[in-house]
Amino acid sequence: MIIAEMKPIEEILDMIRDYQKILVVGCKGCVAVCSTGGPKEVSVLASLIRIARKKEGRDIVIDEESLDRQCEPEFVDLAGDKVADADAVLSLACGAGVQMLAERFQDKVILPGCNTTFLGVTEELGVWSERCAGCGNCILDKTAGLCPIARCSKQLLNGPCGGSMNGKCEISKDVDCVWQLIIDRLTRLNRLEMLEEIFPVKDWSPAGHGGPRKMVREDLKT
Amino acid sequence: MKEFEPKIIAFCCQYCAYAAADLAGSMRLKYAPNIRIVLVPCTGRIDVIHILRAVENGADGVLVAGCLEGGCHFVEGNFKAKNRVRYVKNLLGRIGIEEERVEMFNLSSAEGPRFAEIANEMTERIKTLGPSPLRREG
Repeated sequence: MIIAEMKPIEEILDMIRDYQKILVVGCKGCVAVCSTGGPKEVSVLASLIRIARKKEGRDIVIDEESLDRQCEPEFVDLAGDKVADADAVLSLACGAGVQMLAERFQDKVILPGCNTTFLGVTEELGVWSERCAGCGNCILDKTAGLCPIARCSKQLLNGPCGGSMNGKCEISKDVDCVWQLIIDRLTRLNRLEMLEEIFPVKDWSPAGHGGPRKMVREDLKT
Repeated sequence: MKEFEPKIIAFCCQYCAYAAADLAGSMRLKYAPNIRIVLVPCTGRIDVIHILRAVENGADGVLVAGCLEGGCHFVEGNFKAKNRVRYVKNLLGRIGIEEERVEMFNLSSAEGPRFAEIANEMTERIKTLGPSPLRREG
């Protein structure tokens, strides 16, 4: 899922400083699962903003909404009436959701309440970590299902490097060396010979280095 | 001038703090009348939003009173509450509301006198801090 985290409250308050009526819009997709932008977090942020503004003696009217998915026009359009009533819209979705709001409501100020951080998994309640860098050319079949693009600090394709120590990366003792994990897993799978294949220089154009990416499925288009 | 009398919301677990408050009553213990008790099935039921709403609606202080650590009827509800209280304190601190206005306490149902002590301690603390900034300037 897409992982995001709420921006520092100070930054959010500064962003909405000039507005008297705002709409906080959450998303029930990825950001709800990572406890950043679902209905619960929308209520918490709205309450926090009201407290802060009341303390300043500048009351604010806040409406709340959470859409099933903020990255799809059909769902975003459902918020039309509430958006029209607000001076500005504060979105708790990922960057895609914020931009979808901006696209659908051309004349409205749309503000991001989150920083979109990475594509990842839930390790345990309250802990999320990166697993995919969206490089556009998956090599997990060759790396025992563990991604060196997302999880190696140097994005090495023929690792590990000399900075791998006791299974940890040299950047931090809390970061696993993914190449160590790959070797361990290939050993368990009895497929260690796979490491003899040398990866050629990677073509980064599908990773976004060739410009903004787009996917079209002709069979689904109307 | 009339002395400031704080309004303190106390979220009390039915298995410990609420029963302790009951015991304090049965023991005819006198304690500060500033506490407004909200009965909860477990402090694990308390979410961030409950504490924020209390503050937003003018509470000068909020206390969450749960079982002794290790003694939660639902095993770890009080630990969840502890984390959430810590989280709210941080959020409030960052928007300029004194963190001390929110506090978590642990006690057992047999500790009527301790409940009275907590009520007095929290009331004194809030009296020292003064009214909530939301009431002061609102």
